[in-house]
Order: sequence, then structure tokens, then C-alpha cells
Amino acid sequence: MKILVTVKEVAEVYDDFEISGLEVAESSLNYTLNEWDNYAIEEAVSFAESNDDVEVVVVSIGPQRCEETIRMALAKGADRAIRVWDDRLTEQSLVSPNVKATILAAVAREEDPDIVLTGVQASDDGFGATGVALAEELGYEWAAVVNALDIGSDSSVASVHRELEGGIEEFVDIELPAVFTIQTGINEPRYASMRGIRRAQGQPLNVKDLTDLGLSESDLDSSIHLLSMNEPESESEVRFLEGTPEETATELSGVLQELGVKE
Amino acid sequence: MSVLAVAEHRNGEIRDVSFELITAGRELAEDRGEPLHVVVIGNPVDHFASELNLDGVDTVHTFDRNEEFNHNVYLQVIVQLVDAIDPSTILLPHTSNSLDFAPALAVRLNRPIVTDVVSIKTEDGLIVTREMYGSKVETTIGIRSDRSVITIRPSEWDPTIAPGKAAVEAVNVSIDEDAIRSTVTGFGEVAAGDVDITEADVLVSVGRGIDSEENLSLVFDLADALDATVAASRPIIDNDWLPANHQVGQSGKVVSPQVYIAIGISGAVQHVAGMKDSDTIVAINSDPNAPIFDIADYGIVDDLFDVVPEVIEQFDL
Repeated sequence: MKILVTVKEVAEVYDDFEISGLEVAESSLNYTLNEWDNYAIEEAVSFAESNDDVEVVVVSIGPQRCEETIRMALAKGADRAIRVWDDRLTEQSLVSPNVKATILAAVAREEDPDIVLTGVQASDDGFGATGVALAEELGYEWAAVVNALDIGSDSSVASVHRELEGGIEEFVDIELPAVFTIQTGINEPRYASMRGIRRAQGQPLNVKDLTDLGLSESDLDSSIHLLSMNEPESESEVRFLEGTPEETATELSGVLQELGVKE
Repeated sequence: MSVLAVAEHRNGEIRDVSFELITAGRELAEDRGEPLHVVVIGNPVDHFASELNLDGVDTVHTFDRNEEFNHNVYLQVIVQLVDAIDPSTILLPHTSNSLDFAPALAVRLNRPIVTDVVSIKTEDGLIVTREMYGSKVETTIGIRSDRSVITIRPSEWDPTIAPGKAAVEAVNVSIDEDAIRSTVTGFGEVAAGDVDITEADVLVSVGRGIDSEENLSLVFDLADALDATVAASRPIIDNDWLPANHQVGQSGKVVSPQVYIAIGISGAVQHVAGMKDSDTIVAINSDPNAPIFDIADYGIVDDLFDVVPEVIEQFDL
């Protein structure tokens, strides 16, 4: 069995940040593995550890900078990795879910996995759409917002729990091959071991561009474009308590007592 | 052309997001001079149709199917309905179920999709607003296509309650049962347990800022000092530091205590959805830009490990 895991290196914005044009200034950003993808990697790797003949392949769309993050996925136990990049992607103000799905589908067609795991969403742009769009591109079945995954012994059906709102979950049987978008909390992601990190340096990381994948510039056509980026205006009516911790704590205690806390 | 809103229901009732969806749909339809169509798939579909017959809705399309939700069925019905009425914009609520079929719908119809939008304007094309980086940044996106799929964030539009004069029409489509490759086998509750945070008058709620499981004792000490109940945001539950019945938010419990004290909680929209109706909200967070301060009544921008022990001391005197 082969499991393909899509991972994304996401940008986190520092508490104090600046926006320049249509981007957050590079100096305000910290790059890291998308939290949801970390759970997807764990789900694939732990399944591979407890079953025979399971290959875990990681794919990521991103510039060379991402290789450190991709190596982290390898260090956690993935077998090999593919990075897709093309300078033409940097010319886009935003890479739409449809374009990401088109690129990932081209990789998936080459790899022919039984299962594709993605995160529910990425913490930076938060579209939450790429995984299910990818399933439709591939003609795979799918389930979104999965918080429990049980892959059947005959590899034809998986039983999943989908997280709905309000603490409700839905139980669904899904025919394979399928794409599952993985929710946080589904497992306990491991930390990479020192041995894993050393081993990851020598593991295969193939780099492909659009031409390698049989795609052309028209596959990057997107009808959605970023027009502006700004800090949201706060409609806050918050009263900030100021001073040393002792002063703010004293003032807060007064407020709480007035509100009737611990009468 | 028209605007098509896809209604969502659960346990035999239309969900509140669907009434908000009708407001967004009506505003967009008026801007564009197009009729507003609503589609609802499920059972009892006549009951759903009468609930959705609201101000601004021109037609409610119904498809009777004795199944709560199946993305394959939704896709087939909506694709055939779109063939018939050619809507410019397909609007859906940004929910778990929409995440499970809206992106596939967009791909199948070859339309762009923009999710989790908080406002929609009609100019040359559509211009939508959505947030990035956990609500720290707001962006506007232009959609240069006459036809699109948009999911809207819950609680951003007021619900429509005024009755309407819509025509109700059964959708005339055929379902290819062989194309249905998923089966819903049941439902369950994630958050069962003995603590009911929805009953508490005072909640001390803890988030990612607490850093480690060991530090939780500080929060329990504060709750003891205030006679309060401990609640938490999602990362604490994901880490198994507290059981799921403590979780406040979209996927957890919706609470409205007299006092809600948010400690080390940034205030992601999913969390805010579960506590914004609290009478008084107090937030302690080291990041002055944390979205929690947008809805807080009182705020302290400081290290929680410095402030919380002082508060405990005040009450223990």
C-alpha cells in the first residue's frame, strides 16, 4: 500500500508585523510545518509502522526554503519526498486551491497512491479546500475533517469519523482509493528523533517543475487574485488594565468582585 | 443568471447558518439584480422548504432523500440543478459538511472557489473579504469569473427570519447510485463527561499560552480561588491535557457564562464562536493584537504566569 501525504510549509506572523503591499513583510514571518499536516504525517507513519509493505511519500508545493520542513517529515518516518516548484508560481498573488489541486493531482497520478492524506487546512491561508478538490481531480472518494481513521485489512474500505460542529461526529465508510483531510487531535504527533533527522539527510527528495509533471502555464490560470492586505480594524471596546502584574491583578480582582465572582 | 444558496440541516432541523446564508444570498442577489434560489436536500424536505421560505427567496428547490448528508448525493443534485438554472454564484456556509463537498463541486463545475469569506461586494466582478494567519490579517480577493463558489463564515450575517413568498419546486434529477462510494453508518458525541461547562456561571478558560500540561495547575488554582469551572480551547484538548467535554468553540460547547476569563487564548474565530455571548469577557494574553481583545470587555496585556498568581493571591487573602 502507498500513502501520499501532502504537506505545506506555512508562514506564521509575529505578534508585531508589517504589511508591505500584498504580503506580510518577510522579517515578520516564521516558517514552519503546517500543524494539520503534522497530524497527517503521524497518521501515515504510524499506520506504516504497524502494517507490512506500506510506503509513505510526502509531497509539497514550495520553494527551496521548504526543504528543511520536508526533511522534518522524512525524519518523522516518511520514506521519500517530492517537492514541486516553478518560478511561475511566484508571480501569482495567491495560489488558489484549484491550482494546488491540479499540481498535486499530477503528482498523485504518477505515484498512484491508495490513500492521500492532507491537513484539513493550512494555518496561513486557511482555505480548507485543497484536499477535497484534489480528490475530485483524481476521481478518488474522500472524507473531510477526519478525526479517526481505520483502514480496513483488505484495503478496499476505510471507516472514518468526521468532526461536525458542536461535539458531534459522523461515522462514514469510504471506498478506497480516497483522500482524507486530517483534523488536529486525531493522534499524538511524534517529535523527530536525532537518528531520524540524520537519516532524513540521505533520503530521496525529488524536485519537479510543471514541465516535469506534464503541466503548462495554462494550468496555473486562476480567476482569483489578491487585491489588498491589511490589519483588520478592531471594533473592540476592551478596557485594558495597565500597570505591573500586581497592579493589574488587583484591579481585575476588583472588577471580578463587582461582577459577583465568589460572593 | 441567479444566486444559488445551498441550505444545511441536522437532525431534521435547518441549521442557523442557513438563515444567515439567505441574508448573504439576498444581499448579493439584490446587488446583481438576480433572483435568489435555495436548494435543500434531505428529509423531511417539505418541512425544510417551509422553514426556508424567507424574505428574498424566489425559489426553494427540494430533493427528497432519506439521508442526513452524503456528499455524492449533494454533488449529483447540485450539478444537475446548476445545469438547469445556471447560477452565477453558489453560496454555502463554511461548515464541516460544506468543506466535504464545496471544493469538489467547484472542480466539477470548473469554477473558482473562495472559502470562509466575511463580506461580499459586487463591483466589476465579486470582491470578497477573508482573513489569513489566524485572523491577524484581512485580505480582499477579486473573482474574475462570472461563475464562482463561495463559502461564508458563520455568524457574520444576521439570520433572515421574515417570511417570504417563494415557489417550492422539487428538483427533477436522477441519482446514479453506483457513483455513491461512501455510506454514513451513524453519529456519535465526542464530548461526553461529568463536567458541564455550559452550566457554569464563571469559566476560567485556558489556551495554548499555558505552554505545558504541568502549568495547568495554575489555572485550576485560579478556578478554585474564584469558585469557577475550568474550560479550554482546542489545542489543550488536541494535546489530551483535558477531556473533550471542556472544549469551548465551534467543534466543542457553546457557552454564555456571566464571566468568561480567557487565559492564554488568542481568540481564533472557531473559539470565539463558542463564547462570544458571555456576559463579561476578560482576557489575559501577552500579544496586544490577539483577536480575543476584539471581543473582550477587560484585557490585560502581560505574561499570564506573572498576572494569574497575583489574582489568586488577591482572592485567597
